[in-house]
Amino acid sequence: MSVGVLEAMSLVVRREMRLAFRRPDQLLQPLVFFLIVTTLFPLSLSPELSLLRDMAPGVLWVAALLSSLLSLETLFKGDAEDGTLEQLTLSAQPLVAIVIAKTIAHWLLSGAALVLMSPLVATALAIPVGAFPTMLASLALGTLTLSWLGAIGAGLTVGLRRGSVLLSLIVLPLAMPLLIFGASATDRAIGGEGSAGALYFLAALCVFTCTLAPFAAAAALRITLE
Amino acid sequence: MWTWFYKLASPPHAYRSAAAMAPWFLAAAAVMIVYGLVDGLVFAPPDYQQGDAFRIVYVHAPSAWLSLFAYTTMAVAGGIALIWRIKVGYAVAAAAAPIGASFTLAALATGSLWGRPMWGTYWAWDPRLTSELILLFLYFGVISLRQAFEDPARGDRAAALLGLVGVVNVPIVHFSVYWWNSLHQGGTVMRLGKPHMAPSMLWPLLAMLFGFMCFFGAVLCMRVRGEILDRERQSAWVRELVGA
Repeated sequence: MSVGVLEAMSLVVRREMRLAFRRPDQLLQPLVFFLIVTTLFPLSLSPELSLLRDMAPGVLWVAALLSSLLSLETLFKGDAEDGTLEQLTLSAQPLVAIVIAKTIAHWLLSGAALVLMSPLVATALAIPVGAFPTMLASLALGTLTLSWLGAIGAGLTVGLRRGSVLLSLIVLPLAMPLLIFGASATDRAIGGEGSAGALYFLAALCVFTCTLAPFAAAAALRITLE
Repeated sequence: MWTWFYKLASPPHAYRSAAAMAPWFLAAAAVMIVYGLVDGLVFAPPDYQQGDAFRIVYVHAPSAWLSLFAYTTMAVAGGIALIWRIKVGYAVAAAAAPIGASFTLAALATGSLWGRPMWGTYWAWDPRLTSELILLFLYFGVISLRQAFEDPARGDRAAALLGLVGVVNVPIVHFSVYWWNSLHQGGTVMRLGKPHMAPSMLWPLLAMLFGFMCFFGAVLCMRVRGEILDRERQSAWVRELVGA
């Protein structure tokens, strides 16, 4: 039985979805974490709306980054533990295609869910509704880029016992440009200024990572699984 | 050409070459750093705006250059090792990482000491400073990833790959002062045509730069020897060498 690359990728995506929806708690945990972290800031700093609005983009982005990081660890881990990943590596399909499929599935389950939930958090942080389109676009681009970067980190740390801290140490420095441009896009949209420049930068980073990161992640997996 | 390349790739030969090169690098570094420090700290005229405080540039700028140079060395050595499966490359990459991290730390520390009298603050969230800080974090990531694996060969390969991925930060650090409005001054030495610096200040700076590079070469040679001995400790030639 021969399967085309695209068919194999869609099979992997569907398998990931099915597995994730059978264990919804894993799906929900990063989202709940996102909610809780954003709640901490008004409680610890100040509940005053004008102050909240000033720091909202930063809070939103840091929380999104941390909660995506939380779900990154599971990207390859389950499959590595039960041997599925080795089988996927040995399959006739290129490993890069499988990495792409897994990362896209991971983003749909973590990043996209986070984007869908962000208006709720944004309202609580007093971000005006007019800034929502920019915020959603920047978060969508940012979390997708983070998933690609995270695939490299997750690939490098998949076999390690204490991989989660190391994963943060590896991925966070690489993700800092995302934080800068994402927060500044949201910030400018709140202030009513043009945010296209920062969004274009995010889009460029997204294209850059989605063309190169799958190869790096596949190479990383080959190193750690060898 | 290729025989030379393959010869250098053999651990005993690399060990001996590093031992032979280290004293030359060290001597060159000593001469240039002594000249640079004396000329830079004593004879160069004080800056018309910054007074004598500008003299920290003679340590700060070479450290900052070397932080990038060491990262590039580490990434290239790791890349060579990954592509051609040359074990000595991993030893070089592993040896270069802590040196580069130290230079990064030195650049950040001297920069913040310089920033206090000039900008009125030890630290500013400026593109150049932030990207240099990210470079330090990348060094930490590479060093800890290498140590996280129980199988050292695997750790070497993983760290080499991470080093290659992190190379994207090197041009960001270098061009940050041109791309964004930065508090940090733009390049004054490395530019086409005439440098924006008086020769009496420039010569000691160039001497310090090449002195630091030779110093890096010397320390790298010494550390590479240590790495090779550690990696090859089961092999016959090392046992013979240490008389075990």
